[in-house]
Amino acid sequence: MGTVEERLGEMREAFRSGKTKCEKWRRSQLMALLALVREEEEGIFSALNRDLGKHRAEAFRDEVGVLIKSINFALSSLKQWMAPKSVKVPLVSFPSSATVVPEPLGVVLLFSSWNFPIGLALEPIIGAFSAGNVVALKPSELAPSSAEFLAEAIPRYLDGAAVKVFLGGPSVGSQLLEQRWDKILFTGSPRVGRVVMAAAAEHLTPVILELGGKCPAIVDSIGSSEQKVAAKRLVAGKWGPCCGQACVGIDYILVERQFASTLIDMLRRTVKSLYGDSRNLSRIVNRQHFMRLEGLLKDPSVSASVENRTDDLAGSPLDSEIMTEEVFGPLLPIITLEKIGDSIAFVRDRPKPLAIYVFSNDEALKKRVVAETSSGSVTFNDTMIQFAVDTLPFGGVGGSGFGRYHGKFSFDAFSHEKAVMRRQFLLDFPSGTLHGTRPSSGSSGTSSTSTTSAFCSS
Amino acid sequence: MDGDGERKGEFDGKAAAELVGELRQSFWNGKTRSYDWRTDQLRSLARMLVEKEKDIIDALHEDLGKPEMESFIHEISLAKDGCARTLKELKSWMKPQKVSTSITTFPSSAEIVSEPLGVVLVISAWNYPFLLSLEPVVGAIAAGNAVVLKPSEIAPATSSLLKRLLPGYVDSSSIRVVEGGVPETTALLDQKWDKIIYTGNSKVGRIVMAAAAKHLTPVVLELGGKCPVVVDSKVDLDVATKRIAVGKWGCNNGQACISPDYIITEREFAPKLIEAMKSTLEIFYGKDPMASKDLSRIVNSNHFKRISKLLDSDKVSEKIVHGGQRDEQALKISPTLLLDVPQDSLIMTEEIFGPLLPIITVDDIHQSFDIINSRPKPLAAYLFTKDKKLEEKFVRGVSAGGMSINETVLHITNPGLPFGGVGESGMGAYHGKFSFDTFSHKKAVLRRSFGGEAPARYPPYTPKKSRLLKALVNGDIIGIILALIGWPRA
Repeated sequence: MGTVEERLGEMREAFRSGKTKCEKWRRSQLMALLALVREEEEGIFSALNRDLGKHRAEAFRDEVGVLIKSINFALSSLKQWMAPKSVKVPLVSFPSSATVVPEPLGVVLLFSSWNFPIGLALEPIIGAFSAGNVVALKPSELAPSSAEFLAEAIPRYLDGAAVKVFLGGPSVGSQLLEQRWDKILFTGSPRVGRVVMAAAAEHLTPVILELGGKCPAIVDSIGSSEQKVAAKRLVAGKWGPCCGQACVGIDYILVERQFASTLIDMLRRTVKSLYGDSRNLSRIVNRQHFMRLEGLLKDPSVSASVENRTDDLAGSPLDSEIMTEEVFGPLLPIITLEKIGDSIAFVRDRPKPLAIYVFSNDEALKKRVVAETSSGSVTFNDTMIQFAVDTLPFGGVGGSGFGRYHGKFSFDAFSHEKAVMRRQFLLDFPSGTLHGTRPSSGSSGTSSTSTTSAFCSS
Repeated sequence: MDGDGERKGEFDGKAAAELVGELRQSFWNGKTRSYDWRTDQLRSLARMLVEKEKDIIDALHEDLGKPEMESFIHEISLAKDGCARTLKELKSWMKPQKVSTSITTFPSSAEIVSEPLGVVLVISAWNYPFLLSLEPVVGAIAAGNAVVLKPSEIAPATSSLLKRLLPGYVDSSSIRVVEGGVPETTALLDQKWDKIIYTGNSKVGRIVMAAAAKHLTPVVLELGGKCPVVVDSKVDLDVATKRIAVGKWGCNNGQACISPDYIITEREFAPKLIEAMKSTLEIFYGKDPMASKDLSRIVNSNHFKRISKLLDSDKVSEKIVHGGQRDEQALKISPTLLLDVPQDSLIMTEEIFGPLLPIITVDDIHQSFDIINSRPKPLAAYLFTKDKKLEEKFVRGVSAGGMSINETVLHITNPGLPFGGVGESGMGAYHGKFSFDTFSHKKAVLRRSFGGEAPARYPPYTPKKSRLLKALVNGDIIGIILALIGWPRA
């Protein structure tokens, strides 16, 4: 293992060799990644269990399974994604053609986070490889077993010159950020996101920042059988993914005052039935985060509103830390409103989240949420699952980040779309059209054909 | 006196914050979101381009000595096209885009909804001061944003024209112009924007992105670079030199980010190329190009000195094979050709942005690709050849923002093609629908019903659930059925 510069030099060489450009290489890497995820399943489960106490079923559902789906999707779409796209050309410039040609950016840097340490490390690699790049991966040191797993398994399956894992903490991250990259994808907190983007600015490196935010769940009054389903989805959407430590996990609930107690009852019962056995829950990642979460509860105005051991907090004051900071843990504040329609203003008044969840049958309310709020995504009557839809972009807006990936968006994220126009030498117009003739004032050459023809006449 | 500080130097951080606050409030109130508001603004701008054509041409002439023809075609006409096309397509662009969903989330429906980002900052450049101001503003408005435009102070007549004209045509509660230089731009950059688009050089591009980083603001940077032209020996030389000349001296006298910066050609072919180019230059600009009215002047004495310095370098001035005349008073430099300047000379390391055209020779035309690839990625790269194989190699092997084959510059006039750089030449793209997209947030919307429960998602986690989940993930309908009927028996 050499220095950062040496290893980066190897990667640059690998990219320069041109091998990543051909479909065959990309396909072989995706197949190898699939093999890694399938064959090393036990190793993955074990690492996730050590890092986060993650149950293997959760690990499969949220990480391994998602990766398998994504790799298969990439394999079946790769040819299509790589193909140049034809673009219409104004008749006047005939014969000519225009295409958009996707090409790899080059050497990309991925920072993955600790809560889905395998999934969030490998998913961007799918996109980076599909697009023909070479990859440097810096997994979070807060999930050390997963990081070590990746450092050990990746070289065994994938092209060692084209993907390298860099283990370590912030100092390694800083060293990496000093180098010049062709793109950086960062998943993590806004604070570090700023540092990454500032470092990228020195090299004019484009970035994708997948950050967080407080994802609200707006729960309208729905029928009782629907309530059962909603409760399950809410509870599973809160405590299921890494015990609330998920960027798209439910952060807080908004509900009409008159339905609050019904909802809380349902949630309580559902929590008991799903997570009565605490082995089904991931643990808090480390002591620092544990104490942070304890701190949120310690606020006297907050602790007064704790309803339950499982930490539903009804009516938490809005300026308490638990309502201004991203919770990222198993505490669920429940905010009650006069009317459910007030939830729109409530959400709008706060930084744009990565996801908004709405449980409702009221089409008017749903329309308002889409039209009047802004978030990375909106999901109706379910939670978390938008993450698994390959055809939907996954990314934030405002405080929750910018850029997106998943599915074809991953391919696009790591590609440069090069505009190519081709002309021939035939059918040229006599020179002098561009020179020595003056347009009469007030002439209308408003169509694009006239502009292009003026350019073409040479 | 409006809140933008009429006197220069008065637009400070406080004024900037107030301005953004005002526009944010406007945006908050929903003004800019309706289709009608957007089209009203665009129609007004289109009207302005017709009604004020003379004023615009005059301002461009004052700022750049730009020939009327160029002003009309490159700035006014392209801006008009932009408005017209956007007006025509906006309705369809604004429609949510339905996307398919798989069995994993059945039953569900999904779409991608375009929504405005909020308040956008457009920082424009001096060389196409009108077009590079208006085109991004049109895109921002089309996407439903509020916009602040900061035109370049190096083109002061155009800047003040925009400041004067826009309030008479567009909604000032949501679209504003701020004039000024570094202090005013800095005050603006300190604010929180929802997107920033900057057109200019890479040095300031870095400053813009660093400022944006503080607020996690996404940016589009349209920068420059040295756009190479590879000229093969298998060409129609007459047509090639004309198309190169139009892209070079016909575009603000070489002061354009996509102008051919330098030529690479085979050693043996170079003399023919130079002769043909000389002849084309004479047809275009006469025997005394310094007297031609068809060339923009150099924008100001700073740039004149900068370009002169490129020529005066050691081992460079002796390589001039055509032109080289200078008139500092009139800010004119004649179209100048140079042959085989050293590759490490300033003229070959810095973006020329002027009427000098170095020609570098190689033994074999294929070597030109290595030369280009050893340098920062340019905004545009050009190739002239009849050889289809060479063309393919070029397209596959050279990375640039965009390319034209057997043409220069033209690719940016096609609204179906994205206009943007890569690497040092920038990030992000716009023009046509790409403008709408770049100033929009594409929100993912997933609708599920309460039916279609997948208990496999929930604990307690059993082997049967694991099997079902695996099958769902693989989109494997047989697996799902088998898991549901409990096969294989646990």
